[in-house]
Amino acid sequence: MSVSTAEGALVGHDEKYRTCLDTGLKVYAKTETLIKVNAVAAVLFLAVGGLFGVLVALTRWPGVHLLPADLFYLVLTAHGAAVLLFWIIFFEVAILYFASSILLNCRLATPHFAWLGFLLMVGGSLLATVAVLQGESSVMFTSYVPMQAAPHFYLGLILFAVGALLACCVFFGTLVIAKEEQTYEGSVPLVTFGAITAAIIAVFTIASGAIILIPTFLWSIGYIAEIDTVTYKLVWWGMGHSSQQINVSAHVAVWYCIAALVLGAKPLSEKVSRTAFLLYILFLQLACAHHMLVEPGISSEWKVFNTSYALYLAVLGSLIHGMSIPGAVEAAQRRRGFTKGIFGWLRQAPWGNPAFSGFALSVVLFGFLGGISGVVLGTEQINILMHNTLYVPGHFHATVVAGTTLAFMAISYLVVPLIFQRDLVFKTIAKWQPYVFAIGVGGTSLFMMGAGTLGISRRHWDITFSDASLTFDVPGTAFLMLGLNGIFGLLAGVGGLMYILVIVGSILFGKRRDAEAVKANPIVAGGEAVSTYGSEGTLKLPGTITLVAVFFTAFVLYYFINWKFLSEVWPLS
Amino acid sequence: MSDQAPPSAPSEPTKSAAGKDPSERVPAMQRLLDNPFLLLFLGVTMPTVFYIIWGIMELAQIPIAPQ
Ligand SMILES: [Cu+2]
Repeated sequence: MSVSTAEGALVGHDEKYRTCLDTGLKVYAKTETLIKVNAVAAVLFLAVGGLFGVLVALTRWPGVHLLPADLFYLVLTAHGAAVLLFWIIFFEVAILYFASSILLNCRLATPHFAWLGFLLMVGGSLLATVAVLQGESSVMFTSYVPMQAAPHFYLGLILFAVGALLACCVFFGTLVIAKEEQTYEGSVPLVTFGAITAAIIAVFTIASGAIILIPTFLWSIGYIAEIDTVTYKLVWWGMGHSSQQINVSAHVAVWYCIAALVLGAKPLSEKVSRTAFLLYILFLQLACAHHMLVEPGISSEWKVFNTSYALYLAVLGSLIHGMSIPGAVEAAQRRRGFTKGIFGWLRQAPWGNPAFSGFALSVVLFGFLGGISGVVLGTEQINILMHNTLYVPGHFHATVVAGTTLAFMAISYLVVPLIFQRDLVFKTIAKWQPYVFAIGVGGTSLFMMGAGTLGISRRHWDITFSDASLTFDVPGTAFLMLGLNGIFGLLAGVGGLMYILVIVGSILFGKRRDAEAVKANPIVAGGEAVSTYGSEGTLKLPGTITLVAVFFTAFVLYYFINWKFLSEVWPLS
Repeated sequence: MSDQAPPSAPSEPTKSAAGKDPSERVPAMQRLLDNPFLLLFLGVTMPTVFYIIWGIMELAQIPIAPQ
């Protein structure tokens, strides 16, 4: 340790750091502060955006129909921006700094650029939020032209994106410094590799956003006469969909991280897991095309190549992680002596630790609800059954909320003690929070998908189309589904509130985590598994293999049921 | 241990991966995975070519409707 500080001093960077009492990892002071501010900004946006989400769910509930139409579209736009963009990306910046500086034992590259990035992100996100709340920018998250928002809406998003790009540069810069100063041996740890995957996808995401949002901004102030609608849609989804792939890569990295920290779990095979991330880097972003599947004027070759042939390679990546992560947990648990029967390791897992339970629920919900529905949506033929219906928000609430948000919530229960150095307050609330939130979000995802399958359109305030000349007979079951969606949305809101209460409460009032507290209340198995290269190297995993078999059965059944549905939509006799 | 380095030393040598033993050739796949900037290049090029450029080429071919 003293060696690398000396080296740091040699090149004129004698940076302050502390050694984490829980993990033994070096925590540089500047990195620590940046992680804290980004995490706090993230949580504040989650609180605001989550509240908007509950309002949306209550408006969609036909028996309540809370908001009038104009306010509904305003709140829906604000909900999308606050949680889908701001909460998640602020948190991801914190993850990038953690995965580079802390896991590689290295000072952060150009901390002042990291601060500049943070300020741009704060300024941009506030500007865009204000624009939406002023009521002139209720253009939805997608902001399809020729709908026009106020100029400062686009400007806010652009500033936010520039800030996020700076954060990515700082991340890549830190990788370079770590390599030059040899602060780690061999290859980077797997969690860092997952963060690299997320950062790469982020660069493409931000580039697509710049290509389309800068001209749109100029159009909104009158410098450009017209933006072609289909081109806008194509390039915009290069940003809109890819940003969700940043989330997938980041939360998979978080899964590996939690398993490593809480249980000391190593991946089954480093090579295989890294190859799975490589499949993400190469193919995951092509799935942007699923938003264009019903667009006339684009060939089936383009659609099918991007959403099927290429996407399935990325899905293969997810399947590998989906086996590798529970496998790593099982292997670690068996190593720790929980070897009874097929599922003894699972029963004996630390289900009372919100970091673990949140992680486990996130894996299951993401795989079963988000993953399977994603493949169905990405298949050109069966996509037509639910394209642009409420099924789509159902799908992405399973991926982004039950998957990403829950995973980020779970790791927060480690970030607070390890980075903020505070013990959790309200431990009982913390213990139940992941379950409440998971049931709530799982329910909303499922019922939105159900309503979408019955033909309820997404986004629309009046699902009955009561004033339209072409009427649509909404089946009664769809109303039931939307009512249930409202109830489970409320439950998710309660879960979110519990999270905010515990996290904000702990940061403000938690007991300082000193050496005594670390000894009395250990929360991690150590920092070695997360910060070094190494595999479990075993496949004796009867529990995981059983779980994977169940997953495949569900997957195949649901996939073919949709083909059966399709055949009924177009009777060929 | 000062072994003669691999004869065709590539531009940025392979010290990263195997770390300790420079005489051991690092497999191509591992060299790829250990090079974040090559990965960045691939990760940006793939969707740019197959999604954006190919997509815009198709859109550009749609004939303009007569006024
Ligand atoms: Cu998408």
